[in-house]
Amino acid sequence: MNAFWIVTIGTSVIAFLLKYAGHSIPQRLLENPRLQRVNALIPIALLSALVAVQTFTSESKVMIDHRIAGVSVAVVALFLKAPFPVVVLSAAFTSAAIYNWF
Amino acid sequence: MSRIDSVTARDSFSVSLTVGAYGVAFGAASVASGFSVLQSCLISLLTFSGASQFAAVGVLGAGGNPLSAIATASLLGVRNGLYGVIMAPRLKVHGFKRIIAAQITIDESTAVSLGAEGRTTNSGRQGFWLTGAGVYIFWNLFTLAGALGAQAMGDARAWGLDSAVPAAFLGLVWPRLKTKQDRLLAVVSVFFAIAMTPILPAGLPIIATAFLAVAVGLRR
Repeated sequence: MNAFWIVTIGTSVIAFLLKYAGHSIPQRLLENPRLQRVNALIPIALLSALVAVQTFTSESKVMIDHRIAGVSVAVVALFLKAPFPVVVLSAAFTSAAIYNWF
Repeated sequence: MSRIDSVTARDSFSVSLTVGAYGVAFGAASVASGFSVLQSCLISLLTFSGASQFAAVGVLGAGGNPLSAIATASLLGVRNGLYGVIMAPRLKVHGFKRIIAAQITIDESTAVSLGAEGRTTNSGRQGFWLTGAGVYIFWNLFTLAGALGAQAMGDARAWGLDSAVPAAFLGLVWPRLKTKQDRLLAVVSVFFAIAMTPILPAGLPIIATAFLAVAVGLRR
């Protein structure tokens, strides 16, 4: 079995086990109100960090490029209470325009 | 199953198509890294976690060994486990349904679900299943397209997808930032993740912000 198959299978098996393990943790362990508050805050932290990493970094380096313009337009759209598809498309259009023309 | 909430359905579809289209870039990147078309499609079908997949083929393609490729991908996949913890009490599914639910527990399905909560009695669950299934379908179709050499479309940047994806996540987390504490946590997480990116291995800067959430949540 070559390296490509090892990675294909190994990555897939571990990815599923991680997901399934999360679903299988006994719920009574999570009934504590403090834990519930933490559980509600975790997606805020992870998703915010994900946005930051996808916008400002590239291959372990901090990188300022066309993505900042796209995501900035999305922020403006969100402040203006634009519907979700408008937020996404305005970001894509801005980013693609800058990437293709400069 | 009650009537499907139309706003939830619209959000699910938007996210599914936007994120799914990014699969073209994965298919192209995977083949460019030396994976076969079959392997590329299997990774999308079985791993089904964008960041993990890009990391796996990226590390191996850049000359890393298979174990470091798997380890990096798995670090990025840990947050799906955290999402599973959040989603399980909301979905209340067992057996085969739990296996399906686990497989489609990703950033998108969790975020749409939490954002849709409270619109109708079932909108949260509908958001999870619609988005999970929608992303699964589009992600795999577009992976195949990218792997089959849609090289011209394979440059995600030329289509603005590299901004559309973070913009989509931003749009999903935005309505959740209700209190001052929520907003503070979001801002601190952004700066923390950027600051840690050059220092920690790929995946850790994002996962580590879970500790910030724990610190904030246990205070008071």
